[in-house]
Amino acid sequence: MIRPHRTHPLWFAFLLHRLSGLGLALFLPTHFYMLSLAISAPARLDGFLRFTDLTIVKLAEYGLVFLLAAHLFGGLRLMALEFLPWSSHQKTMAALAVALAFLVSTLFFLKAI
Amino acid sequence: MADETQTMTVSIWREDGDDGRFEKYEVPARENQTVLDVVAYVQQHIDPTLSYRFACRVGMCGSCAMMVNGSPRWTCRTHVSKVVADDCLEVAPLRNLPVIKDLATDMDPFFEKWVAAEAVFHPSKTRHDPMAAITPDDPMRIAASEAIECINCAVCYAACDVVESNPDYFGPAALNRSWSLVNDIRDDGQDVRLAAVGSNGGCHNCHSQQGCVQYCPNELNPTLSIAGLKRETTKALFRRSR
Repeated sequence: MIRPHRTHPLWFAFLLHRLSGLGLALFLPTHFYMLSLAISAPARLDGFLRFTDLTIVKLAEYGLVFLLAAHLFGGLRLMALEFLPWSSHQKTMAALAVALAFLVSTLFFLKAI
Repeated sequence: MADETQTMTVSIWREDGDDGRFEKYEVPARENQTVLDVVAYVQQHIDPTLSYRFACRVGMCGSCAMMVNGSPRWTCRTHVSKVVADDCLEVAPLRNLPVIKDLATDMDPFFEKWVAAEAVFHPSKTRHDPMAAITPDDPMRIAASEAIECINCAVCYAACDVVESNPDYFGPAALNRSWSLVNDIRDDGQDVRLAAVGSNGGCHNCHSQQGCVQYCPNELNPTLSIAGLKRETTKALFRRSR
């Protein structure tokens, strides 16, 4: 629940980082399982790859790439916060991480469709 | 002069060894009043059994912090007009601390964690030694100065979700004080302090949500201090492993 004391941008940046991390933790085992089909069951993998041509799946991939990029840039922001001299532009850095994630994922989506 | 007949509703947390609940009171809606003024009005004019804590009323002592409409605030310097929502005000005891009665919380766990975080001075000299010469432009002095104006109000402690989820976490105020001492060249307890702040309840629990920075009434930056402690404990780890 988003209680009143949490309604500030850097808490939402934390929430995005946590949710994107959880989303990727769920996605990656599935991803590696599907890759393993290339060795164990190539026909099933081909069937799945045809399924990924659907627009709805491309949209889902757009979401996945956004989560991955948001977690990557958000993680870099946190490492900069902890290991580089302090910057007073914390909210700008969080906004920049989200903007870069949108840029990367949208470029991916435009290339995919 | 404001119309004294205008009123507003204030919900105040009442608890006395039971589960506690909000009770509503009608108080004058004055143009210029603080949240502490409203709480004092209820205690002085409506229900003298209401318990709360305050001392200086000018933002010096750190006694009067409470949750106001869900956010931690120093009530003596928080104007009702800045936080009132739909003519309603909700005042509750600080989060993350046990309630003694009504709005008064038990601050013992908060201060016990200052001691656990080694946020105490370890003198390196006696009174017979000459005073340490520290110039105002010394980088360590500047770093200490940035962290030093804490009034121990526990607003950051109440704002912190890590304190809520991990009862062992020392919290922003204790770690902020430890950081000011890490930058004190007169202090002789750095190894024991870095071991304490690097322990289970220490700085590495911080998720950098920066609620402490958002709500600190003195505009301190405990996240900066905790980041400094993270760097120093990491350096100490490499020093030990050599």
